[in-house]
Amino acid sequence: MAMQTPDDFAARNSSAEIAVEVAGLHKWYGEFHVLRDINLAVARGERIVICGPSGGGKSTLLRCVNRLEDWQRGRVVVDGIELTDDPKQILAVRRNVGMVFQQFNLFPHLTVLENCTLAPIWVRRMPKKQAEELAMRFLARVKIPEQAHKYPARLSGGQQQRVAIARALCMNPNIMLFDEPTSALDPEMVKEVLDTMVGLAADGITMLVVTHEMGFARQVADRVIFMADGQIIEINAPKQFFESPQHERTRLFLQQVLH
Amino acid sequence: MAAIADTPVLYVRTAPAEQLLPPPASSGLIGWLRANLFSSFGNTVLTLACAALILWAVPPLLRFLFIDAVWSGPDREVCLASPAHPEPGACWAFVRVWLSYFIYGFYPIPARWRVDVFFAALAFGIGWLAWLSAPRRDLGAVYVFIVLPVLSVVLLYGFPAIGLPAVPTNLWGGVLVTIVVATVGIVASLPIGILLALGRRSELPAVRWLAIGFIEFVRGVPLITVLFMASVMLPLFVPQQIEPDKLLRALIGVALFASAYMAEVVRGGLAAVPRGQYEAARALALTYWPMMGLVILPQALRVTLPNIVNTFIGLFKDTTLVFVIGIFDFLRTIEAARGDPKWATPVTATTGYAFAALFYFVFCYGMSRYARSVEARLSRSDRR
Repeated sequence: MAMQTPDDFAARNSSAEIAVEVAGLHKWYGEFHVLRDINLAVARGERIVICGPSGGGKSTLLRCVNRLEDWQRGRVVVDGIELTDDPKQILAVRRNVGMVFQQFNLFPHLTVLENCTLAPIWVRRMPKKQAEELAMRFLARVKIPEQAHKYPARLSGGQQQRVAIARALCMNPNIMLFDEPTSALDPEMVKEVLDTMVGLAADGITMLVVTHEMGFARQVADRVIFMADGQIIEINAPKQFFESPQHERTRLFLQQVLH
Repeated sequence: MAAIADTPVLYVRTAPAEQLLPPPASSGLIGWLRANLFSSFGNTVLTLACAALILWAVPPLLRFLFIDAVWSGPDREVCLASPAHPEPGACWAFVRVWLSYFIYGFYPIPARWRVDVFFAALAFGIGWLAWLSAPRRDLGAVYVFIVLPVLSVVLLYGFPAIGLPAVPTNLWGGVLVTIVVATVGIVASLPIGILLALGRRSELPAVRWLAIGFIEFVRGVPLITVLFMASVMLPLFVPQQIEPDKLLRALIGVALFASAYMAEVVRGGLAAVPRGQYEAARALALTYWPMMGLVILPQALRVTLPNIVNTFIGLFKDTTLVFVIGIFDFLRTIEAARGDPKWATPVTATTGYAFAALFYFVFCYGMSRYARSVEARLSRSDRR
């Protein structure tokens, strides 16, 4: 891709410091070429924001990182583990990669606490008591410990999304994926979720965030990726990305989202 | 225009508004009648027609079942028309005399306490699972699905080693057989149906085709055919020495038949669970069985509970078909008893069938009410 900027950031780091590596990734939905030769390296502790018009392949790329989506060509290496068809490799990656969804996807038949302890108990084989202590710690961190025994349906959207973040954190992941975490929220709840994410970013966890919240990108991102038509059009530091975007496509997009 | 402008319009109240009683026509008995029975011309016609139907049907029924009924007596004479008793009602005396046969069939009288213990153990297990806020329902499930089947076989079939003489199944009959067939069908069809439903959605083609093949084949065949096949064709394929018991064959036939229907019911529930639930479970590194068991199935079964109970009700009534392979279920025992010359009267058959109808109605309506109450409870606690 001629339009792509050299991946300087990753090149500076040794391979042990690379959290996510995507090389020559192609994906088709039927005839539709949704990801076209994606190459990306994310350093450990790096915060990446992916933006771009809808249908551009942002979410699909993110979902390839924990293999919720399959691909036809190319490779994805997460934490030094290559994602192949081997279920063991896939599980090993998923154990260390937390994900937060646009629609929260909390388990409605379980309480908030049970949502958080499910995976630690069944995947990490943690004793129930210990898992509950861990969950309460993270629920306190996302500032809703008092809701622990309620069912998700009783919570507001913002609270549900914070529970979803806590649930992912309970697996103690090295990498967090956020797939449009605030898009399904009422405007007055966006901030509480973004604040939680900003707090996480300060902890140095590796984050890949698909979002339209440009303020968040400006404040938190180490690099901003602009994707359209299944390709990475531009990768840049947030300051350059917003002030002097290099590509016409990016400029047009920013004009539309920043008004 | 001028008139409107002249009227003082007060948008803000100066004194608080008192709470008033509703107008009499919209509350109380009259309000209820108006809203529910006479809300429109069509509804009024329907109400009157239903009232006429009730007046026409219910009094004769009550007269037959209760007022003119004969409650006790030694033989047919008491139930025949006589000058003192010109229009005889139901002959409950017949049912009383034959009641133990209707319940136990030819089960030996000294061993009938075993059947009673079985009924009690079963009722206890069903109560444990059916009462949603009962303690330790996980233990209840273990009891119903593992302990109870073993206990039932030991109790009913006998276990000479511990002093329970064997009672061959051809002596079993009546309510006992109906309950055994229905319970085995219900208890076996749920897990097998769940496995078939999961198989039908499996990503492995061989598993999927097997599940689809089984479900579609069984659903495409009437239960009578399945029973005949289990009874007549199965013995052709297995050596004579290990030929399974006739009741066991019927049980297997009913269980497989019900499983196929249950599989389709559960499949509907699985389809109702949003994709995001699967994705969230996978993203947390749950493997297939924990994902299904902890996240997907609990939700799928909740959604589909009314349909599951509906299948159970259908199955309960379908058990009457086992008579075609010579098994004496409850209805068949009534059929047999009504031929007793000692009780041959014009009302014997009607009484017997009325009794059977009452029996099936109590069980099926009970299941139906239970499903409704669970539904109401879930919709209260599950508001999304």
